[in-house]
Amino acid sequence: MTELASRVAPPYPPLSERIKFYGLWAGAVLLLLVLPRLFSSGSALTTFSLIGISIIFSLSYNILLGQTGLLSFGHAVYYGLGGFLAIHAINMIGANKLPIPLPFVPLIGGMTGLFFAVLLGWVSTQRSGTAFAMISLGVAELIASSALILRTFFGGEAGISANRTKLIRLFDWNFGPQIQIYYLVAAWTLIAIVAMYALTRTPFGRMCNAVRDNPERVQFVGYDPHVIRYLAFCFAGFFAGIAGALAAINFEIANAAYLGAAQSGTVLFSTYIGGVGYFIGPIVGAIFVTVLSLSLSDLTSVWQLYFGLFFIAVVTFAPGGITGLLMMHRPLIKGGALGTVLPYYLISLVPTLAMIAGLVLGIETLVHHTVNPGEDPNIRAFGINFNVSSPLTWLAALVLIVGGFFVARKTWIRLAQAWDEALTAAREKGHST
Amino acid sequence: MRRWMMVAALLPMLGGTAFAQDTVKIGYIDPLSGGGASVGEVGLKTFQFLAEELNAKGGILGKKVEIVPFDNKTNPQESLIQAQKAIDAGVRYITQGNGSSVAGALTDFITKYNDRNPGKEVLYFNYAAVDPVLTNAKCSFWHFRWDANSDIKMEALTNYMKSVPSIKKIYLINQDYSFGESVRSAAKTMLKAKRPDIQVVGDELHPLLKITDFAPYIAKIKASDADTVITGNWGQDFALLLKAAADAGLKVNWYTYYAGGTGGPTAIKQANLNHQVFQIAEGIPNLGHPPADAFEKALRAKYDFSLFYPRAVNEMRMFAAAADKAKSLDPVKVAAALEGMEFEVYSGGKGMMRKDDHQFFQPMYIASFGERTEKEPFDEEKTGWGWRLAAKIDTDQTVLPTTCKMERPN
Amino acid sequence: MLELVVISTLNGILFGMLLFLMASGLTVIFSMLGVLNFAHASFYMLGAFFGFQISRWVGFWPALFIAPLLAGALGAAVERFGLRRVHRNGHVAELLFTFGLAFAIEEVVQMIWGKSPVDFRIPPSLDFPAFRIFSTNYPAYKMFMLLVSIAIFVGLLIVLKKSRVGLIVQAALTHPHMVAHLGHNVERVFMLVFGVGTALAAVAGVIAGPALVTQSNMAALLGPILFVVVVVGGLGSLPGAFVASLLIGLVQTFAVSMNGSLAGAFGPLSPDYAQSWLSDIWGVTVAQIAPIMPYVLLVLILIFRPMGLLGTRET
Repeated sequence: MTELASRVAPPYPPLSERIKFYGLWAGAVLLLLVLPRLFSSGSALTTFSLIGISIIFSLSYNILLGQTGLLSFGHAVYYGLGGFLAIHAINMIGANKLPIPLPFVPLIGGMTGLFFAVLLGWVSTQRSGTAFAMISLGVAELIASSALILRTFFGGEAGISANRTKLIRLFDWNFGPQIQIYYLVAAWTLIAIVAMYALTRTPFGRMCNAVRDNPERVQFVGYDPHVIRYLAFCFAGFFAGIAGALAAINFEIANAAYLGAAQSGTVLFSTYIGGVGYFIGPIVGAIFVTVLSLSLSDLTSVWQLYFGLFFIAVVTFAPGGITGLLMMHRPLIKGGALGTVLPYYLISLVPTLAMIAGLVLGIETLVHHTVNPGEDPNIRAFGINFNVSSPLTWLAALVLIVGGFFVARKTWIRLAQAWDEALTAAREKGHST
Repeated sequence: MRRWMMVAALLPMLGGTAFAQDTVKIGYIDPLSGGGASVGEVGLKTFQFLAEELNAKGGILGKKVEIVPFDNKTNPQESLIQAQKAIDAGVRYITQGNGSSVAGALTDFITKYNDRNPGKEVLYFNYAAVDPVLTNAKCSFWHFRWDANSDIKMEALTNYMKSVPSIKKIYLINQDYSFGESVRSAAKTMLKAKRPDIQVVGDELHPLLKITDFAPYIAKIKASDADTVITGNWGQDFALLLKAAADAGLKVNWYTYYAGGTGGPTAIKQANLNHQVFQIAEGIPNLGHPPADAFEKALRAKYDFSLFYPRAVNEMRMFAAAADKAKSLDPVKVAAALEGMEFEVYSGGKGMMRKDDHQFFQPMYIASFGERTEKEPFDEEKTGWGWRLAAKIDTDQTVLPTTCKMERPN
Repeated sequence: MLELVVISTLNGILFGMLLFLMASGLTVIFSMLGVLNFAHASFYMLGAFFGFQISRWVGFWPALFIAPLLAGALGAAVERFGLRRVHRNGHVAELLFTFGLAFAIEEVVQMIWGKSPVDFRIPPSLDFPAFRIFSTNYPAYKMFMLLVSIAIFVGLLIVLKKSRVGLIVQAALTHPHMVAHLGHNVERVFMLVFGVGTALAAVAGVIAGPALVTQSNMAALLGPILFVVVVVGGLGSLPGAFVASLLIGLVQTFAVSMNGSLAGAFGPLSPDYAQSWLSDIWGVTVAQIAPIMPYVLLVLILIFRPMGLLGTRET
């Protein structure tokens, strides 16, 4: 985080850097175009669409958390309200035969998010830190509760549904099939990513970072941190609204679950797991958490436990998130010292994986005995068959956990040493050239 | 076993397509983790038990029945994703019950899916979502409901209550969401029509699952001098309501929808409300109907819960009968066979799947919970107490008109 | 009318004290360590289940002491091996750590005790009506709950303000290095505070378990209400939390007893608006929105008095 903040006004990049930069974007476009050709099943397309929505939502959240240092527990409010307005808009456009095609509906959601952020943001952003977090919690709870009381607008428990195919067609697309929705989401994701990336490069984006790191200093140079937090909040609300509208289009329904604490929690998880310190962090996190939440519950019935443990592990061992972990290696790669560390990685990977395998084996065995007693003891978890009633399984789990732990600790210490040496070597090399 | 199937269900997610089938797959979409899991898991085991029963008789049209579980975490959006996964895994029949919000989203999704993918139709069997709207304004050709909707239950309940002269003052307390709202409004209009002399002395809506202390509500009930309370509360809202009533020494009769739900019997026993809590349902364990008793015994021998879903039994057996009648497992043909089908229900008596709205009508039973005599062999949740029949409401006494305008496929 | 006022006041105080019982541990941790412990409700749940299990073996009264000790030890271990590491990464990381912990604890409780409610009963020695006002019984167990709450409040106040340990704790919070130089083990002080906080949560669990529903989702159902108590009362202020609990208890209870709505006050809306969102607002009764009152209070307090009712420093 500090590293990012300390870099000011970079010099105009050389041609090679620019080619790399635009190449990255072109690659992203290409990937988005090719993906549905590789995976064409309905649920794969749904998964991709959800990932796209989650990316926009997480990036919008990171405007608050990562860039401005505001921890919000109620970001789903703007997502949800955007979704509701989008659904109402689709119904209204369809009923009145207005000449607005579906691809423009997310803008309506975005404006809704912006509107409510403008409305609620001023009082929310008066302070940062815990006070902001608690206000966002209170506001979220209030809005989510009123969603069940104001039945006409929010549709009560059942929510409001719409039919996205009833709008006027664009390029002869009726947006019925999921593939068309996928392209719609992909296009919006790309637009939103570019817009939000551009936002971080503006002076305003820099001021956000300054407010995060040292609000008093910001006041000294003549800016009001409150105003900057407020503006950041509004931008975040706008993009969250777009994400919500896309979700509403994808599901063709909006209900109170959009606004709830679970949705706010999920976006916090995605953003943090991905890494708040880098622009790409929330993108990685959104992909990772969406896939995890969709598939983990298929693999094991106690997915919440794994999710909780995984999250604890990330917070404890990789506070920079997945991206932070990867970015740690940049100086090594630049210094060409990665090769000296890799073997240590491989060595420590073995006992660590053994420990994790033991943990999973233990948990699954335990679950079988407590949740499904008296059923077939030959179970299969994560694609591996084993017999939970055999003492051998227990023994194996125990040996793997205990043995794995001790060996892993030794190897990780060795790895840390090797790492330090490599880093010093890389730095020296960097200085000498 | 379950995990096996889940892995199998996951694989096609990234690339595969439907494959030739020698089994009938029924996608079970309900909460299997989180707060709603206690209910969802009982449902899953009940359906698996029913599938085994069918398979022991040779399956449906010679094909093995398989229940494929999908965890929706009680979230409507998640349910739609799971439904998509189920369809990709070759499921043509989906069953779901917990939460009208999920049910609403699912009917909507399946109706649109069938509309946009002719030839790949999917049927949706609803075994527990009771929002009347699903067979009225939002009815769909692809949706079939085996549970009596909340209006039908209230119709049956008020048909019983009109014959109880001791009821004079009624208090309504319900959860503030669509189900609670429909219980309350149905109770008010039906009581007014059937027993105008009964006073509704209170009409309360409280937020869903947010109250830890019901004492203030009980104080209001007490102040209103009511002799009877009608509530659609379930789960914690039901248990805490009864406990608070018992603490304050409130003496009323309780007419409920979900007293038999998980934790309900335990709460009644803790509150020591002996035969003061009544429930309306399509079946209870102590009816003395021999085939039902035998089924109940077999189920309890295998699992540590009693049959909470007699309607699930009706659903599965009727599905098999409809497939036999249609001589096909094509959902469109099965749906046509189910329309208007008459069926001997689990608890005895005739039931009928109304063609107009795909709502199943069946005899309903009002029972009270408390100490047992030798006529009541089954207890609940190891409390020692059990259900005792108070009244049976015949099928024709439960029929309500519908506003459904069914759109049938050509 | 008098009857309703008296009974609502009583109910409000009882509910408020239950809230304080649940929130006291959170206040201790939040105000002293600055950790927003999202797993607090999970420790409360653990307390209830430990209490249930132990009371099966040795009875309710021993359970009331053993269960909090166990939970407290667990809490201390969490601080020692988890939070302390995470502390370096800032408050957000600490908070997210407890977030993950809450997930894991819920699932573990489900694995051990199942997903259905367990039959955790009030001990027979307290299962009788204590007194009767206007034909409403007040059970002895509720009085016991009230007493324990007050005892915890007074006890914590004395320990923090008067005892040597309390003074060291307070000093360690503001000047950890100074206290460390004086030869005290600051890290152990923090561990102790966290352990005590979780033990208090467990006390609340053991006591509230039989009165409420002891189930694996009880932590999730409790929701963020305890944070409201702590923030409204003011960070770092135990009396503040006490007052806030009472306030919330009374506000909520009195709101429930009121049936007024805008329609009642200004007459019904014209039928033109019957199907609009305005009619929803118009018809909502005060009783209906009672349980969201605390959140209104939270937002208002944070806007107009960010240090909370009796707080000394800003959040």
